[in-house]
Amino acid sequence: MLPFFIVFVAMVIVPLVYAGYLSLYRKRLIGGTSFAGAENYIRALTDPLFLGGVGRMAIFLVIQVPFMIALALFFALALDSGMMKLAKFSRLAIFVPYAVPGVVATLMWGYLYGPDFGPFAQISKSLGFGPPPFLTQTGMLFSIMNIVNWAFIGYNMIIIYAALRSLPGELYEAARVDGASEPRIAWSIKIPAVRPALLLTVIFSVIGTFQLFTEPKLMFSLAPNVIGTAWSPNLYAYNVAFVNQDANYAAALAFLLGIVIMIVSYIVQLSTQRKERGL
Amino acid sequence: MTDTTPASPRPAVIAEGLPVLVQSDRDEVAQAQRRAARKPTSWLLTVFVLICVGYFLLPLFWLVVASTKSNADLFSTFGLWFANFNLFDNIKSVLTFQDGVFIYWAINSAIYAVVSAVGASFLSTAAGYGFAKYTFPGKAALFAITLGAIMIPIAALTVPTYLLFARAGLTDTYLAIILPSLATPFGVFLMRVYASDAVDDALIEAARVDGVGELRIFFTVALRLLLPGSITVLLFSLVATWNNYFLPLIMLNSQDKFPLTVGLALWQSTAAAGGGSQALFSIVITGSLLSIIPLVVAFLFLQRYWQSGLATGGVKA
Repeated sequence: MLPFFIVFVAMVIVPLVYAGYLSLYRKRLIGGTSFAGAENYIRALTDPLFLGGVGRMAIFLVIQVPFMIALALFFALALDSGMMKLAKFSRLAIFVPYAVPGVVATLMWGYLYGPDFGPFAQISKSLGFGPPPFLTQTGMLFSIMNIVNWAFIGYNMIIIYAALRSLPGELYEAARVDGASEPRIAWSIKIPAVRPALLLTVIFSVIGTFQLFTEPKLMFSLAPNVIGTAWSPNLYAYNVAFVNQDANYAAALAFLLGIVIMIVSYIVQLSTQRKERGL
Repeated sequence: MTDTTPASPRPAVIAEGLPVLVQSDRDEVAQAQRRAARKPTSWLLTVFVLICVGYFLLPLFWLVVASTKSNADLFSTFGLWFANFNLFDNIKSVLTFQDGVFIYWAINSAIYAVVSAVGASFLSTAAGYGFAKYTFPGKAALFAITLGAIMIPIAALTVPTYLLFARAGLTDTYLAIILPSLATPFGVFLMRVYASDAVDDALIEAARVDGVGELRIFFTVALRLLLPGSITVLLFSLVATWNNYFLPLIMLNSQDKFPLTVGLALWQSTAAAGGGSQALFSIVITGSLLSIIPLVVAFLFLQRYWQSGLATGGVKA
């Protein structure tokens, strides 16, 4: 296990420490690099672009994650219920988008959304309406949510489904004998039993959401004015580092983003634990 | 950031959530018995889920359809149905465009994904086995740090890693992609859970009594038992590396080192910016189709292997 720790330290701990170190300095054209203390952090916390990105991700999180997990849970329960035809085919079909790179997923949906030759626009136009507002300011948020849903519902479904299948059958045989309906069994027995798996999917989704990068980066070429340079915090950190060449500020942004993610996933956990105690 | 994580309860949550994932298809027999108690088919449920399946397959269907069209048809015919069949010409243009750079990208993607996945799953297996079967000072703390690291957003690491690599002169090399992909704390966690079940302590003890060295025990006895779990980790890292866009985008400058994701995104932005030079669109679309075929196929194949592997590999002695 020693080799793992060498790689682990080199690839995780060292960059982390280095980011912390960088974030405390500033670089000027005149005067070189000097210690800046918390300057970069204060700048970030008052930077409307960064805060706007974080806020946008918060909205994204509140709408998209519950929707995605609910659907994933529903599909997992449906497949596990044994009441479906073509269950195996459905499971693979829902899971397959996970194997498609974010780049290709965004490309495909980008073309489908397209106001000129996207099929939705074609249908809408032939019915006498204008092209649907997929790529406008408000539409974009939902368009990107849709891409993320498409890509990750299946992945979350598989985690929940695996948890459901490992439940011992006796757990609900008794309930079935007593005449409980399938939805009732699902709600009262199965869902509480897979709670840890659900929590896991929620926390992974929180981490994933705040790191959104590929989708807005690629959507930029379709709708540059809507995306801008700071649609998501991660996109902003990228632009700061590689367009503005300000590594110190980018390191501070990356660090802050990490802290935001930790806080949010911590809150998610606390709130679910409280519920458990309340039961 | 790291020093706050070990104390937090987060690792515990993962610890609860994951054994489930590892054990998933182990009790295939119990499953069969449960299925045997036939339940009535719910047509309502089936139809509803199949409609949703349609949604998941729609973009892929569109991709296949669009790949068969010439540039002119792409813009003038209905997007979700076939026009003149032009697939082979499109494939030819993809493979020859810019002196066949697409082929290099495909090879690069394969190298990055395979080397990273094999390396990551080997390292995770060794580390997970170490955590599960040995006691040593600082073990609890090390494991807590590993778990805490699962929560560190890759994004927060990528930019600093780039800056470090730039100093070491490692950017724009194959290593720049492979090295960061090797450290998978999640894989270590998975393998620890798996190893504590799959490898019998008595077996290790017996080998020790016979005078077999620790390293040989790992390579000859444990590794075989751990294989199904390793394949799960392999699958995860294979998909993650093949699909990664952020890391190679940052690390690489030379086009001949790009993986498919970065290359396709480059073509796409050229196509979108070019406006008039629409000849590129069909190349981007057909290229996308070609780029997902290997992974989708490998994925379906590995998924089967993964499930049956877990079912047979989970032998508790």
